[in-house]
Amino acid sequence: MHGPLASLTIQQFLADRLASLGSYELVALVVFLLAGLVHATFLISLFAVLPMVYIWLERKVAGRIQDRLGPTRVGGKFGWLQTLADGIKLIQKEDLIPASADSMIFRASPYLAAVASFAAFMVLPISDGWVGVASECGAFLILAILSLEVFGIILAGYSSGSKWALFGAMREAAQMVSYEIPMAICALVPLVIAGSLNLQVVGRMQSGGFWNWFIFHDPFAFFAFFCYFTVATASVKRAPFDLAEAESELVAGFHTEYSGFRWSIFFLAEYASMFAVSGVAVLLFLGGWDTGLCFPETLLSGIRGWGEDFPVRGFVLGGYLINLFGAKVFIVKASLLVLVQIWVRWTLPRLRIDQVMTTCLKYLVPISCVLFLGAVLWPLILASSDLRRPVLFGSPLGAHASLAPVSNGLVARQVNPEDVSGIAGNAGRMAR
Amino acid sequence: MIEQFLFAVFAVLACGGAIAVAATQNVVRMALWLVVSLGSVAALFFLLHADFLGAAQLLIYVGGTVVLLVFGVMLTASGPTVQIKTSPAEGFLGAGVGLLLLSVLMFSVRSVSWIDLESRVKSRNLSQNVADAIAGQLADVSEDFASHESDPALRSSARESREILVARSQAGRTVRQLGMAFYGLRPDRDLNHAPGSRLAPGYLLPFEIVSVHLLVVLVGAAYLARAKRRVDAGITEDL
Repeated sequence: MHGPLASLTIQQFLADRLASLGSYELVALVVFLLAGLVHATFLISLFAVLPMVYIWLERKVAGRIQDRLGPTRVGGKFGWLQTLADGIKLIQKEDLIPASADSMIFRASPYLAAVASFAAFMVLPISDGWVGVASECGAFLILAILSLEVFGIILAGYSSGSKWALFGAMREAAQMVSYEIPMAICALVPLVIAGSLNLQVVGRMQSGGFWNWFIFHDPFAFFAFFCYFTVATASVKRAPFDLAEAESELVAGFHTEYSGFRWSIFFLAEYASMFAVSGVAVLLFLGGWDTGLCFPETLLSGIRGWGEDFPVRGFVLGGYLINLFGAKVFIVKASLLVLVQIWVRWTLPRLRIDQVMTTCLKYLVPISCVLFLGAVLWPLILASSDLRRPVLFGSPLGAHASLAPVSNGLVARQVNPEDVSGIAGNAGRMAR
Repeated sequence: MIEQFLFAVFAVLACGGAIAVAATQNVVRMALWLVVSLGSVAALFFLLHADFLGAAQLLIYVGGTVVLLVFGVMLTASGPTVQIKTSPAEGFLGAGVGLLLLSVLMFSVRSVSWIDLESRVKSRNLSQNVADAIAGQLADVSEDFASHESDPALRSSARESREILVARSQAGRTVRQLGMAFYGLRPDRDLNHAPGSRLAPGYLLPFEIVSVHLLVVLVGAAYLARAKRRVDAGITEDL
């Protein structure tokens, strides 16, 4: 919503529509609440539906890898309603709290984990200008938020009053504290290329063909992607780094004492954060909402600006459809990365805790430091040669990026400074 | 209206969390209340459009410090360390320090002239278009500023309006300003235009020196943690 990304938010759009209806304060309040409701509904449905699909996918892929069929009954041939059936079963189960547990923390910690995981969705741009909270330092913010989920896990393990859970929580804490470092350094590599912390700017700079994706920008960025993805897998405690659960050693690790609804909240959070870290990887390295191919992009740019003011004034149907397509591309890309995480889980054996720490501190941290240093030096080395590409603070790499202001669903219109658009700070900025 | 409401909610949560930290005796529950308090402070930063500061608050305090605190408690969790009982002398000392801090804060609150600040606070009720318009005005004021080179009174008024306009146009966009300030570029403070002054000093070098110090501390801690084992190994070899 700032600077070159200026476009109309839902809030401004509604404010424009409703400005004549009543007094300034009242309309401003109503518009703010309405816009917040729209954003929250969209994000919560994404937050709830994606894990449902991924849990089904996990069971199917696990089954296939182990030469089984996986779920086949519920919801037709492929068992695609299995997760829903599981969810209904879990809600009906008894909510048990052990006598030795610290019941307040025990009850609160699943929600801490889920809230942290959901908060990551708020700053993740799903498509060009479609973001819950448009922040100038979105990349920094999402890394900060992703590091909060561990807190729910640790408290869950601690408060359970069980040794298995405590061991799981301690492993998780040690693992997360060390894996945050290479994760942030690897994420810095594309951010240095982009010269911005704004995830929307980073996404836009990669439009116009897969050769513009930051993963292909230089060899260091290429390896940084794999480094980031390894560390991201560890940071959402997926196998081979799922030391916090470790069924074969710790019964079920940090969630040993949990059952029913609270247990399912943990899993909702886990699968949602798998999508969140994969989404960050897609945005930083794999072109975000860009298909990367010439044909669909030229086809799409044909309908850009088509159907202006069609259903209501200030709404561009073509731009909206392009953004809808972009959101689908983004979700499909991120889901492919989640599929890789699932595939890795069922094919690789779990590491020991000392191996996990060695991998991080002796290998991943030095590797990421070297990659970061190389990515910083790369433009300097190439500055005199023909291989040089625009790197810092230059014009966007992508060909379509110059069309950016038109590409949003709503064309920015003159809003009366005296009218309603003022109140909301950060909430309510999903630009359409 | 909604901003005031949210501010009240988060301010109450921040203060209530802090009181709960002091009132609880279980260390892990303290950590939970600390998360509530520090998270609310981060939320207050977001409400004030200081996104970077809010994110740093979340990353460093909530995600870093509190996690390390709980981690430490789990490693040493037995008997006296989980429950904290303060002696009356400690309570007295703590209350004294708290009152001193409160008096310092009250003093600084009273020393700010709030009427002057009111005009700047209004800059929060801004839409993007207004911000753009202000950026335009800012360019005009800069020209005025250059043309009033000789007259000090006009000059100071132009500087004042310029500062206010810069503050308005930057609502929520603090990242680039922070980065610029690291290099010593402060367009909001007008340090670079004052006669006889050179470019304002940046914070980049002190920041780097501090961060290298932190690295030294980390390496030193790792070395100290390893040293004991090496001594043991040496002894067994001698035997």
